[in-house]
Amino acid sequence: MIQAKNLTKIFTSGEQRIVALDNLTFSVPEGQFLTVTGKSGSGKSTLLYQLGLLDLPSSGEVLIDGVDMVPVSENERTMTRLNDLGYIFQDYAIIPSLTALENTVVPLLMQGYPLPEAEEKAKKALIRVGLGDRMNNLPSQLSGGQQQRVAIARAIGHSPKIIFADEPTANLDSETSDQVIQTFIDLNKEGQTIVMVTHEPEYAKLAHRTITMADGKVLSDVMNKK
Amino acid sequence: MADRTRIENSFSQNIKVGWYLAKRDVKRANIWTTALIVLVMTFTFLNLVVVSGILIGLIQGSEDAQKKYAIGDIVISSFLDHAFIEQSPKVADIARTIPGFKDETVRYSGSAKVESDYRKTLAPGQIADGAGGSFLGIDPVEEEKFSGVSKFIIRGQYLTPEDQDSVLIGKNLLYEFTPIDAPGFQTLKNVSIGSRIRITVGNNQKEYYVKGIVSSKVDVFDTSVIGLASEVRKMTGRTDLNASSIAIQLVPGTDPIAAKQFLLASGVGSYARVQTADEAFPKFLQDIKTTFAILGNAISGIGLIVASITIFIVIFVNAITRRRFIGILKGIGINRRAILYSYMFQALMYALIGVTIGMLLVFVIIKPYFTAHPINFPFSDGILVATVSGTFLRAGILMVTTIIAGYIPARIVIKQNTLSAILGR
Repeated sequence: MIQAKNLTKIFTSGEQRIVALDNLTFSVPEGQFLTVTGKSGSGKSTLLYQLGLLDLPSSGEVLIDGVDMVPVSENERTMTRLNDLGYIFQDYAIIPSLTALENTVVPLLMQGYPLPEAEEKAKKALIRVGLGDRMNNLPSQLSGGQQQRVAIARAIGHSPKIIFADEPTANLDSETSDQVIQTFIDLNKEGQTIVMVTHEPEYAKLAHRTITMADGKVLSDVMNKK
Repeated sequence: MADRTRIENSFSQNIKVGWYLAKRDVKRANIWTTALIVLVMTFTFLNLVVVSGILIGLIQGSEDAQKKYAIGDIVISSFLDHAFIEQSPKVADIARTIPGFKDETVRYSGSAKVESDYRKTLAPGQIADGAGGSFLGIDPVEEEKFSGVSKFIIRGQYLTPEDQDSVLIGKNLLYEFTPIDAPGFQTLKNVSIGSRIRITVGNNQKEYYVKGIVSSKVDVFDTSVIGLASEVRKMTGRTDLNASSIAIQLVPGTDPIAAKQFLLASGVGSYARVQTADEAFPKFLQDIKTTFAILGNAISGIGLIVASITIFIVIFVNAITRRRFIGILKGIGINRRAILYSYMFQALMYALIGVTIGMLLVFVIIKPYFTAHPINFPFSDGILVATVSGTFLRAGILMVTTIIAGYIPARIVIKQNTLSAILGR
């Protein structure tokens, strides 16, 4: 389970002070598919970065399985990201010099798996996202949708506790977007906890729960009907 | 859920991931960029090895020639306050019993004045065409066996045991080869093959025909008039067989220090000085060698700094342009040390490839070439001195320097904020 307690993030630029997250408190139980929506600048991506331990809040707590990850060392946060969290970014964020398989293998190697075992797990993840026949392709040889699926395979390869997705369909056509969302739904059905930021209301509705943000605050927090 | 939780990032894991990333980065890097970096590494390595190697080789060539043709592995010479080695025949006999003895040559010498136009009537104040040198007496057969001196005859012919009225003359005594006009230092201007010259040693004078001109880059021959041993003994007024020096060659692999100890233990030290070749080389040669080594190392050091800067820039540009991907790697939980190692491995790979190519060039092409075609230096035939241990040491220095040059820029970029790197802020 992941919890945000009084989470606040303030950006300062000279004398200007922007409150990106304003004292947010909520929790995401294990196995939930949560979507975060809101207009540009509402703070949804900032929220994702704090929950995903990619950034430090100005104040408040981020608890993963009851452990506050804010005061821990950078090394511990890196290890938590490696072992417990998975990320999917808007622009895929895969390494261009590595093939689809290698991109998926790297976090597994870092976790200590021997190369053959890491490759085996990576292959399973790539097959899972429908890229079994493109494993040895470099990102430049893949379409946008395929690159995003490599990112998903990388995120799920090490079976993380929580997957964070930051507008994963923003750069994809509607057909590919549907496939990506369907992949998330399938993963969630298997018990995967997912936190996804999206602009698309129709995708937001497909999750268990939707938080809508405005000006760094939770405007609404609703459970979606299935 | 994760089936492997809270795994500590060990050193070996960081190395493994670093190597995995580096190998693929180098493999998929632009071929021309890689070629350029490797070229810089190769030239830096050559600069490290060849520049100092040639500078030292100029002196080493001279020492090698001295050893091979003049003083051998061991040289027995008269005490500084004596003109000859007492009991020379006995000493020569003892020398032949050295374990590992190969050959020896007995030489006689005396300071001589050499004149060419002594028959001409000189005007008042006019100086005769003459030169000062050494009158070196040899057994032509034994000397040839020892040093092969006949191959240094550039004009005329070598001596035979019957050439009592003929001499060879070293090129340093001839103006044609050593055009020096300094006051007090003269060389002979009008001497060629067949010329008559007059040699004066003390109160003894005799005329000789010039039978050959010697150019060996070995002082003992090039600054001497060389005649039969019997002639030199006569001219120096010796009635015994006491020689000025006995040069000894040992079978390759024989320890010259052990040979010297043998001679001293046999009592030779009572009659003469016994020196190994290294001890007998003039000190100035060693001084020049040291100076050249310092000079070579200084030049190499500058090359090393340039290479370090090149690698620094290459890795820095590489890391800066991949700043976002470094951020992503950190974001997905790759330890920053693993990323750092990947850049250090890249730098090491470039250095390793460059050094390997450089070593092949040194040992397969450059060194054999200089051995076959030495640099024609006035006082030596310069070779390339590149020992295996010295070359590996330089290779090690280059690789360590390169790793450091790769580490610093990578660390600067990797230290930056993860999210800022991912978002390109």
